[in-house]
Amino acid sequence: MAAAETDPRPRGADAAGPVAGLLAAPLALLMRLVDWPMRALQRAVGERRMAYVFLLPNLGFFSLFVFLPLVINFVFSVTGGAGLFPSERPFVGAQQYAYLFDCASFLDPSSCREDHFWRGVYNTARFTVFQVTAMVLFSLLTAVVLNMKIRARGFFRAVYFFPVLLSPVVVALTWKWILQRDGLLNAAITSLGGERILFLVDPSWAMFWVVFVSIWAHMGCYTLILLAGLQAIPADLYEAAEMDATPRWRVFWRITLPLLWPNMVVVIVLALIRGVQTFDEVFVLTGGGPGTATLMIVHYIYETAFANQVQNFGLAAAASVVLGIVLFALTLAQLAASRRKGAA
Amino acid sequence: MSLAARMMTARRRPGRWHWTDMAAYAYLSLGVVLMFGPVLWLGLSSFKTQAGLLEFPPSLLPMSQREVAVPGQSQKLPLYEVTMPDGSTRALAQLRRIGIQAQMVDPANPGEIIRVPIDKRTPVRQFRLATENYTEPLERFAFTRFLWNSVFVTIVATIITLIINSMAAYALSIYEFRGKTAVMLLVIGTLMIPITIILVPVYLVVTKLGLVNSLWAVILPGAATPTGVFLLRQYMLTLPRDLIEAARMDKASEWQIYWRIVMPLAMPALAVLAIFSIMWRWNEFLWPLAVLTKTEAYTLQIGLNAFQGELQTQWHYLLAMTVVTLLPVALVFVFLQRFITTGIANTGMK
Amino acid sequence: MQRKHWISAAALAAGLAWSGFAQAQTTVRIAWYSDGNEGEVVSDLLKRFEAQNKDIKVVLDQVPYKAITENLPVQLASGQGPDIARVVDLGGVARYALDLRPYLKDASYWEKNFGPFLPWMRPEGDSSAITGFMTQLTVSGPFVNKTLFEQSGIAMPGAKATWEEWGKAVKDVAAKAQAPFPLAMDRSGHRFFSVAISEGAKVFDEKGEPAVIDEGFKRGAKLVYDWHNNGVMKKELWGSVSGTAYRGANDEFKNAQVVMYQSGSWQIAQFDKTVGDAFDWIAVPAPCGSVGVCSGMPGGAGLVAIKTTKSPEAVAKVMDYLASEPVLSEFYARSLFVPGHLGIAAKGLDYQGASGPAKAALKVFSDQVAQLSPVAYKLQGYVNNRIIFNATISRLGQAISGEGTLDEAFKRIESDIAQQIAERKK
Repeated sequence: MAAAETDPRPRGADAAGPVAGLLAAPLALLMRLVDWPMRALQRAVGERRMAYVFLLPNLGFFSLFVFLPLVINFVFSVTGGAGLFPSERPFVGAQQYAYLFDCASFLDPSSCREDHFWRGVYNTARFTVFQVTAMVLFSLLTAVVLNMKIRARGFFRAVYFFPVLLSPVVVALTWKWILQRDGLLNAAITSLGGERILFLVDPSWAMFWVVFVSIWAHMGCYTLILLAGLQAIPADLYEAAEMDATPRWRVFWRITLPLLWPNMVVVIVLALIRGVQTFDEVFVLTGGGPGTATLMIVHYIYETAFANQVQNFGLAAAASVVLGIVLFALTLAQLAASRRKGAA
Repeated sequence: MSLAARMMTARRRPGRWHWTDMAAYAYLSLGVVLMFGPVLWLGLSSFKTQAGLLEFPPSLLPMSQREVAVPGQSQKLPLYEVTMPDGSTRALAQLRRIGIQAQMVDPANPGEIIRVPIDKRTPVRQFRLATENYTEPLERFAFTRFLWNSVFVTIVATIITLIINSMAAYALSIYEFRGKTAVMLLVIGTLMIPITIILVPVYLVVTKLGLVNSLWAVILPGAATPTGVFLLRQYMLTLPRDLIEAARMDKASEWQIYWRIVMPLAMPALAVLAIFSIMWRWNEFLWPLAVLTKTEAYTLQIGLNAFQGELQTQWHYLLAMTVVTLLPVALVFVFLQRFITTGIANTGMK
Repeated sequence: MQRKHWISAAALAAGLAWSGFAQAQTTVRIAWYSDGNEGEVVSDLLKRFEAQNKDIKVVLDQVPYKAITENLPVQLASGQGPDIARVVDLGGVARYALDLRPYLKDASYWEKNFGPFLPWMRPEGDSSAITGFMTQLTVSGPFVNKTLFEQSGIAMPGAKATWEEWGKAVKDVAAKAQAPFPLAMDRSGHRFFSVAISEGAKVFDEKGEPAVIDEGFKRGAKLVYDWHNNGVMKKELWGSVSGTAYRGANDEFKNAQVVMYQSGSWQIAQFDKTVGDAFDWIAVPAPCGSVGVCSGMPGGAGLVAIKTTKSPEAVAKVMDYLASEPVLSEFYARSLFVPGHLGIAAKGLDYQGASGPAKAALKVFSDQVAQLSPVAYKLQGYVNNRIIFNATISRLGQAISGEGTLDEAFKRIESDIAQQIAERKK
């Protein structure tokens, strides 16, 4: 870490040391070997169609382990019973979907047959709005700060990243110790003369802490993406700005942010998607409670598919198809919006 | 450090701090407390005894009650600080407790037995590390086997992920071709499918392929992550296009452009994806739990979560083993994060 | 230069090769989860078995409990299960269970000693199969912090006291001793139904079909609901999580914050270790309901042979060994479990490693086994009992946390159960 400060431009290989160099050599050789068939291929298909060659391995895995399961998932959603193999399951048509949408009023979850599904939908929406906004702001701030010329930068990066390494069970355990009736936080509050707060029994507090803890646990990821993005901004732009003595906020607004935009899109899209998918820390921290105040949609799906005695794959699959469609639309809208902004 | 960063922090006049520097350090200090504090506390807590872990309010350091040898007693006795009826306090060792009365002795004067109501005494405690939390499970576990499996899965999966995802990202960012929009839609469309949701269908596929209980069943399904493709593609979009055109002029093959120009330039994003992949794989739990049922094939996460029962969890073991599994990834992170700072500014290709 | 950037791991992996595992002659695999030290104990016992039976290799796959509840059913349905599994959802796994009867050395030994528990592990409609035995019989019932009673100078209710009397007493004790939890009850169907059955819940109609919501059930639910509203119970357990999530009050009890803790016999080993000498904790017989029934709920984990095994003879041999009286006695004694073996229970078990309070508590729970209501046995043996438990805790929890009324909860419980049973019959 010290080297990063004294040497203004550490080169990857130097920082990695001789070990990496030694290990990289065979890899380079391998890649050179691959070049021969690739050249032949390029001659055969032409330069532009090489795109398909590059896509092929990824799409292969993808269709086998993502696309095919999605199709099976859809088959599950139109069949019923407790069977595992699609062939064992009787066809029920749209019955599972009808069941999900059996509501007197869509605005009042308790009027729905599957009230937990709808509570999950509303909770997830609320959670995602707060969490994504805060997550994007804080990870941008952190990335910019961590990209500054600061002492012990490697240490500080690690500090912000470490929570990411913890498993959800351990994250939840730690925060439960902090938040419970006689936890660390309440011990601090009472020693300062305050009133003890039951953070995990009060619905609003529970939602707040669920948002907080999930930001705590995942911010490191997004910060890293932005940090990498900041590195891609050509230095001469900043040099030019320095010559003109442009104020810093202006530099940030005029240079940093527009050039960081493609990576901001990654962060926003991923944060949104991860937000909607949030399940494991919340599951272990509040278990979806109090009541159903922090019950998330994926938690509902998971519980329907696994935790109940009759593993109701059909209903769970229907819920996940609905979720998938909504998310897909949301992501597309977001990308369209960001493209317009990026072009501007 | 890159020029960009130097620019960001360049001081107006030498010797004077800009307010943003102060703010930055203030923010970082807050980060240390808020982000790292709980992690550090967790590490310390892994040295607490089973009883110590459950204590309210939780102590910061692993503590245990002091015990003293008292002449005439075969075993060491627990030491308490006792408030006497006259208001003075004495350090006494407890012989036994009967109901709400404790029989205590002064270690210096073991002949006289003093009766004390139990709410008048508080234990005298001292710092002690419960290292048995570490040694006991390590002895019982097939730890090296689990470690090997985890290392194998993590390394192989990360290599496959990096290669196939960067290839796809390269295709999607550099070329214009028919069907590009469809592929992009597919990538984005599946970004949001958490494994939790399609666990059962993927399990069926893996079963049909005969991969159950093989480490490949853990490695392969997650290799083509849409997240990785998306992340790399967005980064590659920011790379200067003229470099590639220049290379084509020089008769470089497409593979060479990918491997020798785009990959080095994308190093920061690749480092990020490598860190993510290593971390995901190392900590992956739900999916390996579904496809690995034999001890020989377990990864560390399954092994350590075996301390979670139906009604009880042996937190003291689970925490200690978490710390053990955390150390390697933490080191890998410290090592890999340096690659993030070696962006365009250092490639000499400006 | 840049080529060297390539991450070192890549080359490292190239040198590594993956190798398969050698197979022993006959391998029997057991999927086993542990709450405490029982995994250690059983692996000791299995080592001895292997020494006596050189032709059989027994592998104990120790898994998280999650693997048993969530993944095992999927694995079993796809034919990928182990040979033997330690399971809690006995009714759910029964469909995949192997009838050991033709392979056992002496089936009558099993009938004699495991008689009342065998039906729990039988597939629906089967009345003769022997598929496994109980590694642990659990009985739900209350623990009391006796020291808090003594400190507050309030007399403890006697043996036949009702739940309402206990509720009043513990509230007074908690007020005097400043304990935040007068009464705590695990968020679990078994715990709730001990109260409901004591209040007269019948759970099934004359035809044996579930008819969960009756007067007794409503009385039990009302009791628990009211306790939450008048401060006898706190919302941290039943009100703080959703769905079927389990919550216990082990930590709170250990810290002397709970006066009475409705939990069960499996806690003894842990309390023995974590409470130590801090206060006197005792188990008390199940309190009575207003209709004179005083029952806990039986439960526990069974070791069940799985039908897809390739070597049923070897499996039966392992099961015969583990179920034999000396081996099983040692197992129960070392893991501090209430025996699920009538012969051992009748003789009484000497828990050598246990402290005085632990032994006393084990005695209380062992004696309770004979006092359990027939309804409790029937519910535990019902194939779809987890549907009933899950619906109950999920909906009752919602009512307690203020989402809807008790009456709404009753309606939801009924329709949840009906819908899920219908789905299973499809």
